[in-house]
Amino acid sequence: MPNADDIRSGNKLAGARLIQLIEKSDPNGFKLLKELYPDSGNAFIIGITGSPGVGKSTLIDGLIEAFRKMDFKVAVICVDPTSPFSGGAILGDRIRMQRHVTDKGVFIRSMASRGHKGGLSRTTKDCSVVLDAMGYDIIIIESVGAGQAEFDIIKIAHSIGVVSIPGAGDGIQAVKAGILETANIFIVNKSDRPDADATVESLKMMLNMRFSSQTEWLPRIYKTNALDKTGITIVAKAFLSHLKFMRQNDEWTRKRNELERLYFQSLLEDLVMEKVLEFMAVSKEVEAAIKSIGSHETDPISAAEQIADKILGF
Amino acid sequence: MMKTTNKIRVLIAKPGLDGHDKGAKIVALALRDAGMEVIYSGLHQTLDQIIETAIQETVDVIGLSIMSGAHLPICEKLVAMMKENGLDDVRLSVGGVIPYQDIPKLEKMGVAAIFPGGSSFKEIVAGMNQLFD
Repeated sequence: MPNADDIRSGNKLAGARLIQLIEKSDPNGFKLLKELYPDSGNAFIIGITGSPGVGKSTLIDGLIEAFRKMDFKVAVICVDPTSPFSGGAILGDRIRMQRHVTDKGVFIRSMASRGHKGGLSRTTKDCSVVLDAMGYDIIIIESVGAGQAEFDIIKIAHSIGVVSIPGAGDGIQAVKAGILETANIFIVNKSDRPDADATVESLKMMLNMRFSSQTEWLPRIYKTNALDKTGITIVAKAFLSHLKFMRQNDEWTRKRNELERLYFQSLLEDLVMEKVLEFMAVSKEVEAAIKSIGSHETDPISAAEQIADKILGF
Repeated sequence: MMKTTNKIRVLIAKPGLDGHDKGAKIVALALRDAGMEVIYSGLHQTLDQIIETAIQETVDVIGLSIMSGAHLPICEKLVAMMKENGLDDVRLSVGGVIPYQDIPKLEKMGVAAIFPGGSSFKEIVAGMNQLFD
């Protein structure tokens, strides 16, 4: 069993084991998490998202290097998908970052999404609290290769980087609602390829069409080539500028309060849902309802409404 | 709170200079298909990197793929390093080009599961699962 003092002092073995307890939904894990919660809240959390294969992991490898040169301690959580068929997963993001693994100021943890929708796993936020309490200054969270609607990263990160590549969609892709709206920093990676400038232009067009005010952060667009590290340091500095901007505009407090509220809300939903499922598994009424639906005596809509009212005590 | 869920986490690593990782990747896939979470660390890992990865990823098993013939010294050193680093409860398994006469030596060192060339996926998956029965 890990203990809170070891974790506060940054002991990697203890911190990692706490993450495992939390992933296993072990009550001891949540007990420790409660104890450590007051020690968290100091880290700057960066979310990196984008389609599969755009170079998120390789970009993060470069960001680790850039932030380490500025003397920050850096932790990374990489989320990869769980197979819907076997429940297994290959967690391969860290291959791109493996040169940092023996650096004392770096911690890299892979997580499988375990059926959770939204591009992260259910316990990603909990784990970021652990890494925060361990004293990492910057926590980078890499979402699964995201489509247009994996938004969970915005519930956790203070600053969002959306990575894309040249030639991925035209102007209409850029104005669609979705993941692009979430970006504070746009990264057009693999920019040695043709059409990099056209991609930058269509992102600029999209940004120009938005209403903006003096007090609002205007998303920035950068071209990078993560493989040879071109442009990475500038991106790292841009994230820090965004942090500085938020701090100067009270945005920081507002954002942190908002993220706390979302964390609380998702925990509450999980707890309530779990109790509901427990009730449903043993309830005679649910059993009877299923029977009467089967024989077409009741329609499923009314049956579900009745049971829901019953559970919620209306 | 939530019900506890157990998933076997495996680190598949290739120590040293041997550059053939098709076998390691295929074994990683077979373990994934058996419902395990497989962390694949890639080629050319030093023992320090393997230990650090095992710590940060809280794996249940370290699976080494070794074709170079250096399995005896590598496993001996890694077992010692695992003890030094508080990974006593992590199991070590090794696969690859392992002559049969070396199996008892590896077992004596504390290697928990050994899969010499010709082992089937079924045997590997069953062997891994058996470590946690």
